[in-house]
Amino acid sequence: MRELLLCPPDFYGIEYEINPWMSRARGAEAALAQKQWKELYATLSKLDCKIHLVAPQPKLPDMVFTANAGLTVGRKFIPSNFRHQERAGEAPHFAKWMEEHGYEIRWLPDDLYFEGEGDALFGDDVLFCGYKFRSDIQSHRAVADMLGCLVISLELVDPRFYHLDTCFCSLPDGTAVWFPAAFEEYGQRAIREHVTELIEVLPEEAMHFSCNAVVIERDIVLSEGAPKLVATLRDHGYRCHQLPMSEFIKAGGACKCLTMFMPQRQ
Amino acid sequence: MFSETIELRGHIIDSLILPKVLVQILTHGANFKIGEIKIGKKRADQSFARIEVSAETTEALDELVLRLRQHGAEVAKRADAQLAQAPADGVFPREFYVTTNQQTFVRCDGKEIEVQPAMMDSAIAVDRKKHSARAVKFFDVSKGDEVVVGHQGIRVVPVQRSTSRTDLFQFINTTIDADEPKSAIIRELARELQRARRAKGKVAIVAGPAIVRTGAGEHLVRLIELRYVDRLFAGNSFAVYDVERALFGTSLGMNLDLAFARGGHENHMRAINAIREAGGISAAVQKKILTGGIMHACVRRHVDIVLTGSIRDEGPIPGVTIDVVEAQKVMREKLADVTHVLLLATIQHSLAVASMLAPTVKTVCVDIDPSAVERAVEHQPLQSIGLVTDVEPFLQELADCIADSGPVAAGDRKRQ
Repeated sequence: MRELLLCPPDFYGIEYEINPWMSRARGAEAALAQKQWKELYATLSKLDCKIHLVAPQPKLPDMVFTANAGLTVGRKFIPSNFRHQERAGEAPHFAKWMEEHGYEIRWLPDDLYFEGEGDALFGDDVLFCGYKFRSDIQSHRAVADMLGCLVISLELVDPRFYHLDTCFCSLPDGTAVWFPAAFEEYGQRAIREHVTELIEVLPEEAMHFSCNAVVIERDIVLSEGAPKLVATLRDHGYRCHQLPMSEFIKAGGACKCLTMFMPQRQ
Repeated sequence: MFSETIELRGHIIDSLILPKVLVQILTHGANFKIGEIKIGKKRADQSFARIEVSAETTEALDELVLRLRQHGAEVAKRADAQLAQAPADGVFPREFYVTTNQQTFVRCDGKEIEVQPAMMDSAIAVDRKKHSARAVKFFDVSKGDEVVVGHQGIRVVPVQRSTSRTDLFQFINTTIDADEPKSAIIRELARELQRARRAKGKVAIVAGPAIVRTGAGEHLVRLIELRYVDRLFAGNSFAVYDVERALFGTSLGMNLDLAFARGGHENHMRAINAIREAGGISAAVQKKILTGGIMHACVRRHVDIVLTGSIRDEGPIPGVTIDVVEAQKVMREKLADVTHVLLLATIQHSLAVASMLAPTVKTVCVDIDPSAVERAVEHQPLQSIGLVTDVEPFLQELADCIADSGPVAAGDRKRQ
């Protein structure tokens, strides 16, 4: 059974603008956000997942995006060093919760930005890491030192796809879903060299955050609005659970951003 | 070129960060040299590369390094040069760094400064406030000046050998012995001088008295008249022989037909006196006392004449710098913008000039003595041609080749 960390959207809202999706003029509807989040919770619960909840904190509206809490491997938890001051306050809450639940906290040096699972996704034994908009490439080396694994650093070039988990999602059979235009040329080549089969997402479907999916074995939970991707994934033998995510997309996040694996890898 | 050493660590091979960084360096018009590379043996092992990045300007280098830092490049820490104060006027601190004539950079307060000018056998004085570094001779240094000591923080960039086969100097780059054919080289040299003229280069002639004595003066005059000479460096005796030839038809009393002129042994003394009486070479030309010869052509064509004295000089004639330290200063100043130098039949003067040249100056040395040629060109190992030959046939053939292709258009040459 996979264990996941979620955070109820009690204090969620668009209170600042730190990515191209966010506009304070176009706020999230609190009730609808609650409904969409609960639907995600329910869907994941049905997929035989054990869900933990971290208590939401006032004035930290993005704490709902637990994928950015850090990266959990085995019993080690590497907390994020958020690039934006607006989110920096989340780190101690996540670290405290993880510590209380028996995880060994492995802090990165303060001067290295790293935004956790948002920019660090395993595919087989390779840890794919995104850099430039949020995480620094220097943090990848530190993570590789801590985990002793191969880290493939990928430069992100489209500010709308500012985290790796907005444009890349690895699947258990060695396949990965990706939106190539979010990566620069060398990053695209590196992905092609390390992933056996790639499923390309169309630009209009990528804009619905369809890469931002939670994969639990053969079940994939993703936002609605990507019929072509869903058809392809079904052809590959996956069950797709499409959820409305409109209120979270307003902040530049969807299903995966709202979920952190505990751990992502053993 | 300015350079910085960067280091890359991590999974730079699998992530293709190393090729990406190298391509970025090149696409920004900069160059790189990989100093060290260690590639991880196992899948999870990280790799390491140390890369020297060089760019035309500090600004371009800073901007590039800033970009490369985004991809994980770290600037390798390099030590500043060590400085010590000159203990007295004209005295360098002990262990002072002795320069070569190659492009040299000195690192101060974390930044590289180019040493100006590139001059051999000097020390480097650093002005930290002005962020400048200059090559200084003994007479340039004052008590308390900060001078580089030791080799730390110094970077020397040798002139790179060109792979271009169109560059005569870098292609040939050798000495042509007395028994080897020279016509092809001289023709190519003529073309090189024509290219230099078009590119607004500056040509200097370092002339020995043998030019006058062998009767090659008329060929040098042709080059001057064709506007292929900007500066003439010579000693007092060269000018005296030339004036004697112009006034009396002899040099050291001898006619070109190898006959001693009657009373000819007095001629060079009378020539000196005539110029002294006129008040100098230019004045003698203006007063129509001096109406021919090399000096006359130089004055007519506004060639800068740099005359320096020696212990054996008679006279000297007015305009000769007799203070050797002052003469060195003047010569350096007059060589600063020179692009091509012809060292013709004068070993001591040639060696003095060659030691003052920047390594990029293209140099031709012509002398009948092979050892003189060898010594003169060794300062410019990648930019020189030596010809072991009598200077007269050389100058005749060079002047003929250049004359065949016509003079430089008047508009091509700025009057000095």
